[in-house]
Amino acid sequence: MTHWLIAPVVIPALLAPFIILAARYHIGIQRVVNVAGVLGILAVALGLMVQTADGTVLLYQLGDWAAPFGIVLVGDRLSTMMVVLMALLALCVLLYAIGSGWDERGRHFHALFQFQLMGIAGAFLTGDLFNLFVFFEVLLIASYGLLIHGGGNKRMRAGVQYVLFNLLGSTLFLFALGAIYAETGTLNMADLAQRAELIPADGTVGIRVAAVLLILVFAIKAAVVPLHFWLISSYAEAPGPVAALFAIMTKVGAYAIIRVYTMVFPPELEATAGLHTDWLLPVALLGLAVGAVGVLAAKKLDRLVAFAIVGSMGTVMTAVGLFTPVSIATALYYMIHSTLAAAALFLIVDLVRHSRDSLKLRLEAPVAGGALIAGMFMLAGIAMAGLPPVSGFLGKLMVLQAGFTHPLAVWIWAVVLIGSLITVVGFARAGSVVFWKAQADAAPVAASGQSAPAPLAFVAVGALLALIVVHTVFAGRIYAYTTATAQQLFAPDAYLETVLGTPGKLSDGGKDAYGDAAKAEGEN
Amino acid sequence: MEFLVASAIGILTAGGLYLVMRLRTFPVILGVSLLTYAVNVFLFASGRLVTGAPPILTDATVYTDPLPQALVLTAIVISFGMTAVIVMIALGAYLGTNDDHVDDAPAKEARRAEDAT
Repeated sequence: MTHWLIAPVVIPALLAPFIILAARYHIGIQRVVNVAGVLGILAVALGLMVQTADGTVLLYQLGDWAAPFGIVLVGDRLSTMMVVLMALLALCVLLYAIGSGWDERGRHFHALFQFQLMGIAGAFLTGDLFNLFVFFEVLLIASYGLLIHGGGNKRMRAGVQYVLFNLLGSTLFLFALGAIYAETGTLNMADLAQRAELIPADGTVGIRVAAVLLILVFAIKAAVVPLHFWLISSYAEAPGPVAALFAIMTKVGAYAIIRVYTMVFPPELEATAGLHTDWLLPVALLGLAVGAVGVLAAKKLDRLVAFAIVGSMGTVMTAVGLFTPVSIATALYYMIHSTLAAAALFLIVDLVRHSRDSLKLRLEAPVAGGALIAGMFMLAGIAMAGLPPVSGFLGKLMVLQAGFTHPLAVWIWAVVLIGSLITVVGFARAGSVVFWKAQADAAPVAASGQSAPAPLAFVAVGALLALIVVHTVFAGRIYAYTTATAQQLFAPDAYLETVLGTPGKLSDGGKDAYGDAAKAEGEN
Repeated sequence: MEFLVASAIGILTAGGLYLVMRLRTFPVILGVSLLTYAVNVFLFASGRLVTGAPPILTDATVYTDPLPQALVLTAIVISFGMTAVIVMIALGAYLGTNDDHVDDAPAKEARRAEDAT
């Protein structure tokens, strides 16, 4: 049993209180501790990813209690990959927050940041549904604080909507968990996967309701249309780096859908037959369409990017909704891409905000440092819209290919292609108004008083864009990795065997160990 | 007893949903509280209803399922804390904008006014 598996949860859990208690008034120490913590998580996550790359499933039993009664953390290809992605994103976002001075505009940014990472890492690594709920809450609590970081009335209003919607989502999650527990008597995912198969064909009503409730909850997190409407104003009003960090949060929902609905409720299970392709796929296509139209219709740059996220989640969910190993591999590839692209766009929008009076799409004075920011916006916009040559194009191509043999193929192709076209038009319009026409207009107005962000902020955005380029260049190797991941997901025997077969306290194999310990204690 | 518990959950949920749809902070927060009560009772019921039986090891012959009790405990703590958070944020938003709507409607009016100028 490797103890490293719990490190991505424990490192932030220890550093965050340290930042609050010991480094409360020292922004320098907070920054150093936070960056060191993120680097530590990244190192551990890379180590775990190397260990799981050959298909090994890592298991950590908390307090040595055996599953299904004990709490377990499980690391397989998928979860370690997501933790690595999270750490990479967190590093870039953190450097940007430090470079642009966002972390000084309110208190406890660094502590909340660490708590946020703890929640996300825990959600990726946990092996049972109730702890998924708990880690969701941890990441949400931190995100509430981060969202209203820096204050302001508009941000508060957006915060109210965001918190309320997520509170309702949590309540729904608990209803789903209660229903699943009432039906099966367990919440451990591996155990649940085995018991769900045993439910007779005429007794599937309860588990069917539970599965639908659960996918609704994850769909809220993943901002699947029509449950996306919380996302637009909360992401648009959130501080730039926070919105960029939130790019991974929608992926937590997508991760949960992929995890639970491949292992616990697979498509061939009678209780949940039809849920994936009949319901998820059309809804995902709708999401793609709504996102694309929103990009075209948005009047402000931050809302445009928020709609682009809805659209990209639609693409991810389209691939998930096809629910074949190939399409899941595609979805994972596209998920990495869309996280990086969305985060980069939000940071660029924040750079624009620094030197422009408003984010409205109308003619104003040219943006300071315009050529560089405009170039970065163009690259990120191309990535988001899915034009060649960067990874979004490859991802969309794979989605099209994965949907080629599906009965709804015409719809998939039409929506993905037309959606991309509309998104391109939307981004081109926004870019030309904000950057290009402003140059031509060239009415030199005094800058609005805000100083330009430090070079570190540009380095952070550049690092995200560089990651997108790396994601494109090594597309073959990354796709091979996600393909292996999808195969592992569709053959969960190793996972089930590791979780349920590893002895610990209370398991058959563990009784002796427990007895020995008691005996040893008696002898002493 | 099943009927009582089931109808209690149903009534709490219905009342909670109605209040949430009022879209003003005070009713919405009350509605969310009702919903969390409903879900707590529901979690209890998910371990089957047993009266007068202990959830921990004693000399008793009949036990109730201990796991839902642990789940409910966690759920109560989380939902109670979250309700406190939303009360504070809603209060901040209300004091800042002098308006307690949860939706974007007043922002729309402001935007119209802004466009007119």
